[in-house]
Amino acid sequence: MSRVVVNVMPKPEILDPQGKAVTGAMQRLGFHGLSVRQGKRFEIEVEGEVTDEVLAEIRRAAETLLANTVIETFEVVSE
Amino acid sequence: MTRIGVVTFPGSLDDHDALRAVRLSGAEPVPLWHASDSLDGVDAVILPGGFSYGDYLRCGAIARFSPIMGSVIDAAGKGLPVLGICNGFQVLCEAHLLEGAMIRNAGQQFICREEPLRVETRDTVWSCAFEQGQEIVISLKNGEGNFQASPEVLHKLEENDQVVFRYLDNPNGSANDIAGITNERGNVVGLMPHPEHNVEALTSSSLDGRTFFESLLLFLQR
Repeated sequence: MSRVVVNVMPKPEILDPQGKAVTGAMQRLGFHGLSVRQGKRFEIEVEGEVTDEVLAEIRRAAETLLANTVIETFEVVSE
Repeated sequence: MTRIGVVTFPGSLDDHDALRAVRLSGAEPVPLWHASDSLDGVDAVILPGGFSYGDYLRCGAIARFSPIMGSVIDAAGKGLPVLGICNGFQVLCEAHLLEGAMIRNAGQQFICREEPLRVETRDTVWSCAFEQGQEIVISLKNGEGNFQASPEVLHKLEENDQVVFRYLDNPNGSANDIAGITNERGNVVGLMPHPEHNVEALTSSSLDGRTFFESLLLFLQR
């Protein structure tokens, strides 16, 4: 089994209320000077080898379902 | 008799309120099921509020790929009137029947209140019985109602008169105070507030929700 990771993040220009709330909590806990943006990580198990075709297929799945490209960006990382 | 379908997804909450509002408007309510691709020959479809598929992944993201939505997308393309309320609006955005997307409310809180809105266009199937610029009050209840779109899309929505309802007192950070929009044809409308909750004096001080259904019936009579 091989693993491919898809990371999804809110676009930089889109407000990230969850990240903002986490940043606020960190500051209250004394972790100063740290700013958080919150995204999602999808770990995808692949049967067999991670070929270019498999990566292209996962990119298509990410664009179709895993990310909403109106508000999010994504990256596909082969581990 | 006009037949209006209401789709039930797993996690829909307001499907029965929507069916009831349809009945009170004088039309025949028709329950539709997410796992079927049949629209049962209805004259219009409502996607109700709730938390379809648990709102997993993103609100409306999984519901968008349910069998019924394939039929809704096809029929909407041919002009079938479709109204998306709250979670239904999110499903319509995920399905690309409407532009933009909803993110978490700017204040991070779930908001539940009577919301004053202004009707910005009568040029849709679901708003044609309102007065232009009419101020109405519709119940709002959501955690992710913050409408966002790229500057280009926002510009287009404004230029094309596709903003249907605007908040008078923006509760959630929505771009341009947008509460509801329509597609270019005006047959698909989505909004975050819940008109199906404002149809009876017993449960609401505002009866402005009735006019959504009156609009549809007026449109279908023409």
